[in-house]
Amino acid sequence: MRTRRRIAPSAAVWLLLGAAYFLLPLLATFLFSLRQLQTGHCCTVASYTWVIHNSEFWQTLKLSVELALETIAVSLVIFVPTVYWVHLKVPKLRAVLAFMALIPFVVPPIVLVVGLLNFYKGSPTWFYGQPWGFLVAAYVILAFPYMFFSLDSGFRAIDVHTLTEASQSLGASWPRTLLTVILPNIRAAALAGSFLTLAIVLGEFTIANLSLFHTFPIYLQYVNETQAYAAGATTLVSFGITWAAMLSLLFIGRKRGQRAAFIGGAR
Amino acid sequence: MPYLELQGLERDFGTVKALDGIDISLGEGEFLSLLGPSGCGKTTALRLVAGFDRPDAGTIVVDGKDVTRVAPNKRDMGMVFQAYSLFPNMTARQNVEFGLRVRGQDKPDRRKRVDDLLELVGLAHAGDRYPHQLSGGMQQRVALARALAIEPRVLLLDEPLSALDAKVRVQLREEIRRIQLELGITTLYVTHDQEEALSVSDHVAVMYRGRIEQMGAPAEMYSAPATPFVAEFIGTMNRLEGTVVDPGAGTVDTGGRTITVEAARGKPRGARVLVLVRPETVQVAAANGAGGNTLTGEVLTHTFLGPVTRLRILSGEASLIADMPTARAAALPPGSKVDASLPSDEARLLDLTEEALPEIGEEPGPADR
Repeated sequence: MRTRRRIAPSAAVWLLLGAAYFLLPLLATFLFSLRQLQTGHCCTVASYTWVIHNSEFWQTLKLSVELALETIAVSLVIFVPTVYWVHLKVPKLRAVLAFMALIPFVVPPIVLVVGLLNFYKGSPTWFYGQPWGFLVAAYVILAFPYMFFSLDSGFRAIDVHTLTEASQSLGASWPRTLLTVILPNIRAAALAGSFLTLAIVLGEFTIANLSLFHTFPIYLQYVNETQAYAAGATTLVSFGITWAAMLSLLFIGRKRGQRAAFIGGAR
Repeated sequence: MPYLELQGLERDFGTVKALDGIDISLGEGEFLSLLGPSGCGKTTALRLVAGFDRPDAGTIVVDGKDVTRVAPNKRDMGMVFQAYSLFPNMTARQNVEFGLRVRGQDKPDRRKRVDDLLELVGLAHAGDRYPHQLSGGMQQRVALARALAIEPRVLLLDEPLSALDAKVRVQLREEIRRIQLELGITTLYVTHDQEEALSVSDHVAVMYRGRIEQMGAPAEMYSAPATPFVAEFIGTMNRLEGTVVDPGAGTVDTGGRTITVEAARGKPRGARVLVLVRPETVQVAAANGAGGNTLTGEVLTHTFLGPVTRLRILSGEASLIADMPTARAAALPPGSKVDASLPSDEARLLDLTEEALPEIGEEPGPADR
């Protein structure tokens, strides 16, 4: 007969405290967003109706999601082959890359954006003046540590040398080995890096603000300054949409990668 | 005409000479084992044949074509690795199919070939399982089927059984040999396990410090080791250092005790030699002072090996090992005084050079990655 595992009372207390820490602000925001604009009393869904029918909300959110997806794509294209090559051929460079990956943590975004604005000053307008040019370049740098450390842990979890050599001995080229053998086996790591990148880009304010691009966080800030209750509703709707985006990424990744989810068990 | 030739292969890793002029010639369909301790260069040699590494000097010729500079994915070499190397994201069937897909083979042909190979390795029922659902032995069988699927010119096996338990290891090595004979595929097998090498190979090459010490048929390697290292590495061997005192009678002085060795006849008087005697040829009986060519000593230890028991005997300063049937060994417990009779015609003799006798053991180095 199976015995039910009991949660210790102290553990339950800490669990509740932890949950409260995260959920109370959301609950407070939710209650705040239900207040009537004129009276300030509960309860109306007018703020939510306003948000859902606001075209600027959707436009800026769409732009930020597109920027996030572009950042993820560019980061994966740059970092997957790089980290793979470093693990396979020049493992001594791993420490150098890890150090470089820490730089975006150390350099404040304001310094980063000023430097990047100066660096790219002479570049073509289609790059410098467009969010999917300049902003994505900056976001790839911001996402570098998250993407690098996620991929690095993924590559550490598999036997890169043996899998590569096995693939090559069977006649596969480098690109084929990377796409059909290596990539499916680091899918979980690539997904983790992609989630973090998505979250960072959807919430990035400083760089977008200073480089005068109208992304979702900029819009959110504007609403917050002008319409308090609607700002609460906007925050919660965007929160829900971000989570939905993450879950859908996870779902897609799981569905395709469930076979690869047992990498550890196979070795 | 040789099918696989390694000519003067050299490979350095910094100051370490992993391969120091390897020459191997192997006929089509033959099975050669590269045998040696860790760091002897056997895996380096295999990796050079596979194309994963380039030699500093020398050439690799397969079927008359120089493949020394050919990329690994263009060499048509099937390889089974020491580590489990199945692609974790693919089923056993997809793993075996991989090389055929790369070659663009039609689906019906692929399916038939994969079915045949899974049948050959006894895993027809496990084609849809993922690597994590297979035991270590099953994984290596699939890896073997995968390597054979592409009909490789040479099959390379890099200690494929070393991660398996003893029983599976014996079973699988016999299967590898059966399949190799059935398909007639030229095979290069790397191992540090002498029993494995001797039991499955047509030829064995013993390597030491980047060189081939001796190459020959398994029986020849066992019965006629050409160097002290081979004598020590293949099987268990008693080694008695001595000096030839009577070339006519073939007598050798081994530290105050004189024994007769047929092979010592004709050697120069005073020559320093190494007398090699297999434990199973040493006859042991309770000491009675009678009989010739015997060393008298005391039994130190018994080691139970199943049908035989190994006795360690101390005779003066010399330590001898003798194998005798377990049933008879009980009569000579540790502490017994015994006569160890050495067979004068079966003992081997090697000239003892000034060079110190090699000690076999782990030698760290990049040669075996």
